[in-house]
Amino acid sequence: MTPEATRNYFELFQLPPLFQLDLDQLDRQYREMQARVHPDKAAHLSDTEKRLFLQWATLANEAYSTLKRPLDRARYLLRIHGVDTREEDNTAMPAEFLLEQIEWREELHAAMALKSLTALDSLAARLRTEMNSLLGSLATLLDVERRHPAAADVVRQLAFLEKLGRDIDQAQTELEE
Amino acid sequence: MLLQISEPGIKAPKPRRIAVGIDLGTTHSLVATVNDQGPQVLEDGQGRVLLPSVVHYRADRAVDVGHDAMAWQNDDPENTFVSVKRFMGRGRDDLPERHGAPYRFADTPGMVQFETQAGTVSPVQVSAEILKALRERAIQALGDEIAGAVITVPAYFDDAQRQATKDAAKLAGLEVFRLLNEPTAAAVAYGLDQAAEGVYAVYDLGGGTFDISILKLTRGVFEVLATNGDPALGGDDFDRAVYDWLLRETATPAPTAGDARRLLTAARAAKERLSEQSTAQISTPLSNGSVVKCSLSRETFDALTEDLVKRSMAPVRKALRDAGLSIGDIKGVVLVGGATRMPCIRKAVADFFQQQPLVDLDPDKVVAIGAALQANALAGNRGDDDWLLLDVIPLSLGIETMGGLTEKIIPRNSTLPLARAQEFTTWKDGQTAMSIHVVQGERELVSECRSLARFELRGIPPMVAGAARVRVTFQVDADGLLSVSAAEQTSGVEAKIEVKPSYGLNDADITRMIEDSYKHAQDDIEARRLREQKVEALRLLEATEAALAEDSELLSADELAIITEGMQVLKQAVDGTDWEAIKKAADALNEASTEFAGRRMDHSIKKALAGQKLEELDA
Repeated sequence: MTPEATRNYFELFQLPPLFQLDLDQLDRQYREMQARVHPDKAAHLSDTEKRLFLQWATLANEAYSTLKRPLDRARYLLRIHGVDTREEDNTAMPAEFLLEQIEWREELHAAMALKSLTALDSLAARLRTEMNSLLGSLATLLDVERRHPAAADVVRQLAFLEKLGRDIDQAQTELEE
Repeated sequence: MLLQISEPGIKAPKPRRIAVGIDLGTTHSLVATVNDQGPQVLEDGQGRVLLPSVVHYRADRAVDVGHDAMAWQNDDPENTFVSVKRFMGRGRDDLPERHGAPYRFADTPGMVQFETQAGTVSPVQVSAEILKALRERAIQALGDEIAGAVITVPAYFDDAQRQATKDAAKLAGLEVFRLLNEPTAAAVAYGLDQAAEGVYAVYDLGGGTFDISILKLTRGVFEVLATNGDPALGGDDFDRAVYDWLLRETATPAPTAGDARRLLTAARAAKERLSEQSTAQISTPLSNGSVVKCSLSRETFDALTEDLVKRSMAPVRKALRDAGLSIGDIKGVVLVGGATRMPCIRKAVADFFQQQPLVDLDPDKVVAIGAALQANALAGNRGDDDWLLLDVIPLSLGIETMGGLTEKIIPRNSTLPLARAQEFTTWKDGQTAMSIHVVQGERELVSECRSLARFELRGIPPMVAGAARVRVTFQVDADGLLSVSAAEQTSGVEAKIEVKPSYGLNDADITRMIEDSYKHAQDDIEARRLREQKVEALRLLEATEAALAEDSELLSADELAIITEGMQVLKQAVDGTDWEAIKKAADALNEASTEFAGRRMDHSIKKALAGQKLEELDA
């Protein structure tokens, strides 16, 4: 049996396949697994075992980081349900959402022009609120209503906002330098 | 939780395998181990624990290390290497305009090489001399061969610098259990000592490198949330700031290499005195008989070094942001590295984190102690009740795409070990080879990132352009080291990979250096191979026996017979003197028990995770 043969990340950690995951339980299961499979536990074992531990620990990290981050978890759940979020080629968005994006971007540019860390910080905080509200509707769509195509739309919107968050972070870094 | 509890009557206590932790520092290095009294830093014959990281090459190829080498640095600076850690995995282009080193650089591509009176040497060989001296010290002190070592590296070291460190250990004849990040090692020493829980920042300013790591400590788990740093900022730079001021202040003309060394030593001594007192007198005789004299106040020193202190704060802010935390979330700040004795550093750290930093453990020794604790755990001396370290990759990994741009494949601060697969295709009909350029860093332009290696993939089956799908897997192991494998997806053909490291040594270089080193030593390479193979084989036999004792019910009678047979063959080979026969038998046994190992792992994980859930129900 190789680690690749494991069917999915939820089964790997023996957790229910839900968007609203008990994150404390995920943490505990992840640590329990790493306590057994981390390469540090194989430093005194044979090369075969070292390789096996490396593979398992790599899988555990991949699975954990996927399930821990809400957006990745949503993408992964949709994939299990056979829905591709098609973020590369599907750029169709509600007009209202796109207008909001333009406003966010304008505010980011204004804050950068002013070289204002405070403005960037408050922008980042507002973005978090906005993302949390979208994650809330994602939970309903995925776990309660099971409307997967609609959930995929929300994932695409969240991906936009996440990119914006990275750009704000980049601007903060540049200002500090 | 972390105490070892023996279970009487179940297992006889195994003899402790000797493992050491080594802090391979820019200015000095240490070796420590764990015995029945706990972690101990080992002394040399004269009771000194710090080995100056200085190596001197004599004309007859004899080598002086440590204090013996320091005696040469004023009179023979060209052949006396100090702060060689700054050159590990670095090319000529990476060095700052004024690196202040009096060495003669060989005109070679890749990692810098030095011309000495004993021939050309690389920073890897110089570091290996320091490691050999520490290995000798440990063998003297412990009276036995070393099973393995944990060697610490700055958390912010890139792949080339880590590989260079591992190569140096190989040259020094050390089995490397793990490369451990210095701040993480310090956190282990602190966490276990103080039973700490919560989020801690480790501010580590060494002789030549600066690291900041943010760690979450929970019940025996040390989880690095983010790390950042500056690989070219350390106590050395403070010495140099004083040195520059000294020349200006006393209007001393450009000194000779030997005088420059003397003045730098005086600058360092003045800096160290200012940690205890408010002014320091400098009086240094030069080779022409004149004397450089002046007085340095702490205020002047603080003003001279203000920019250096500020420079360390940008990585601190970045690490906090990457961890998604603010200053209020930090429960404690640990200071590591001799340079954190400077009052200006302590004040800057206290001001930033709004709390007094922790300095309970000696900042010079804490990294070596943490490394020794980890080495002892990795040697298997502790059983199942040890701690877990979850560390991260400090810098993003990317590949070069069209137009010299970087495409990130592994983001910084991802938990190790990790792997990412990426698919590539051919752009010409019948194309059978392609090249992948891997870089490390955060910038968009390839030219602004560190070049790690070029991977040439060969043996792709010829197809029309765009039909081949080559899946390339980038694996980063627990040491933070990258390896790459590739397979063509439609045919299943494994592509052959040739690695051209940009700044490292290839395997052939390492083999040649090891063989060279034996030409000058009494030890014989065949004898060493035999010894290594025997140790390896006995370890394998011991592990296989333990596995069978625990889980033989996972095997069919036939499978059990094959493994038992393999053990018999290996036991016979170990009694002989043919290292190749031992290796062959060990490889065969490894092969025969691969499936068994996989089943055991699967079984143990399922049981553990199910047990974990039952405990929660009970609670």
